[in-house]
Amino acid sequence: MRINEIQDEIIEEMDALDDWMDKYEYLIDLGRNFTSPKENIKTEDHALKGCQSEVWIRAEMKDDRIFFTADSDSLITRGMLALLLRVLNGQPPKDVADSDLYFIDKIGLSTNLSPSRANGLASIIKQIKSYASQLNADNSEK
Amino acid sequence: MIDIDAVRSDFPILNKEVHGKPLVYLDNAATTHKPGVVLDKIIGFYTESYSNIHRGVHYLSDKASAAYEDARETVRDFINAGSAKEVIFTRGTTEAVNLVADSFGREFIKKGDEIIISEMEHHSNIVPWQLLCQRTGAVLKVILFEDDGSIRMDRLKKGITKKTKLISMVYVSNSLGVVNNVKEVIDIAKEHDIPVMIDGAQAVQHMPIDVRDIGCDFFAFSGHKIYADTGIGVLYGKEKWLDAMPPYQTGGGMIANVNFDKTTYAGLPYKFEAGTGNIVGAVSLATAVEYLQRIGMSNIDAYEHDLIDYAEERIAAVEGVTIYGKNIDRCAAISFNMKDIHHFDAGSILDKMGIAIRTGMHCTEPIMKHYGISGTIRASFALYNTKDEIDRLIEGLHKVKSMLNP
Repeated sequence: MRINEIQDEIIEEMDALDDWMDKYEYLIDLGRNFTSPKENIKTEDHALKGCQSEVWIRAEMKDDRIFFTADSDSLITRGMLALLLRVLNGQPPKDVADSDLYFIDKIGLSTNLSPSRANGLASIIKQIKSYASQLNADNSEK
Repeated sequence: MIDIDAVRSDFPILNKEVHGKPLVYLDNAATTHKPGVVLDKIIGFYTESYSNIHRGVHYLSDKASAAYEDARETVRDFINAGSAKEVIFTRGTTEAVNLVADSFGREFIKKGDEIIISEMEHHSNIVPWQLLCQRTGAVLKVILFEDDGSIRMDRLKKGITKKTKLISMVYVSNSLGVVNNVKEVIDIAKEHDIPVMIDGAQAVQHMPIDVRDIGCDFFAFSGHKIYADTGIGVLYGKEKWLDAMPPYQTGGGMIANVNFDKTTYAGLPYKFEAGTGNIVGAVSLATAVEYLQRIGMSNIDAYEHDLIDYAEERIAAVEGVTIYGKNIDRCAAISFNMKDIHHFDAGSILDKMGIAIRTGMHCTEPIMKHYGISGTIRASFALYNTKDEIDRLIEGLHKVKSMLNP
């Protein structure tokens, strides 16, 4: 499925939950079921700096597609990572770099997009897109 | 005590709803809200009196200058400084510390000298000293605190040597809410002729402050944490030090004469107030101070003590809570965590319930490292908070628990 198709799927699923509490329960549930990567990616070079929660992201290419592994010590952040990775994992890196992640606003999480929060959603997305641009450029050179 | 209903009605923002719930604002260590008199003063000042100060020849500039200097005198009286020359307006506590680190540093600190701070300092009372030490080759010594949040005087005494040139310490910790015995610290420092700077950012709004009684050489605080505007703060410094210190920022307003071969500087306090400062900020600070003086700092102290004791008792009774800083003389704030719950998750849920607290490191990374944690939930109080609001917080904590660690 393409990025926007997955985004639309998520929007539909979340539409059923209009109470913030239900949305957060859903995110927390996703966070609980979000399996931490088998190998430890909780290292300096994968860390997003900030003081709210710790987030680690790694990106790699497999057969011209980009795959992210991520982790966080916060359940809600893990839930958000779960949604992001559902949308973006296994996609062409260029599509990830160019993506418009409108689902975040549509499911009512745009309040988490404040650029001032160093490793809030905005930072995570920025890092993901930066990895995607980089890997896309590396891939095109081959 | 205080008339809490009257106080609450003085602060218009407290009627606000957040996510459809009445606001419970418990993030006062970060910043405080402004009473109507301060808001009215800001608009009123711009409407009636505003102009640039000190160097004009017209009616408005006279009015503005008088208001600015009256504000300085109000602050002088509030902290019982000996002279208005000793009251420097800055942008805030951070700038005040930077000013002393830079200016006192350039005059009095050389390679091998020692500066003492504590392990519980806010980053604004750590980094300027680190930079000073890097620049001069001086040594930064850190006095560790105990797990209960207290600083032991024997540790301080052990840290003092013949090379100690300054001690800088926080009065009330923004993270732990611990009140340090600064008078005792200063008494010890006096035995060795060591000047002491006190970070009063979390003290000045909660208790009466008398800088001459405390005996400190420097004292700093921020306007926005004492119900005044942002971008204004105060550095109190004993005249003998400020006289001996070179200027910090330079330009207009702090000079006596400017010539290309030689420039001379203005006297105190203007030597340390380069450029056009936050004129309306200073006026708002005086208005906020006068508002508090009408209520009475001792009354505020008593009311808030009762409140924070109640808060600590109720928070401690929630199953699985760890409070950092126990059995201490507490003021301003309580930091805690809930078992197996990330502070960010707790804070996000509390936010959706209209409850504003703060989570994370609170600009005190060394405190977090001391306890081996990534951050805390911090509830911090002001004169307009109530026991009902604390009850709402406790309900919130139970909700957080049911969602995150049932």
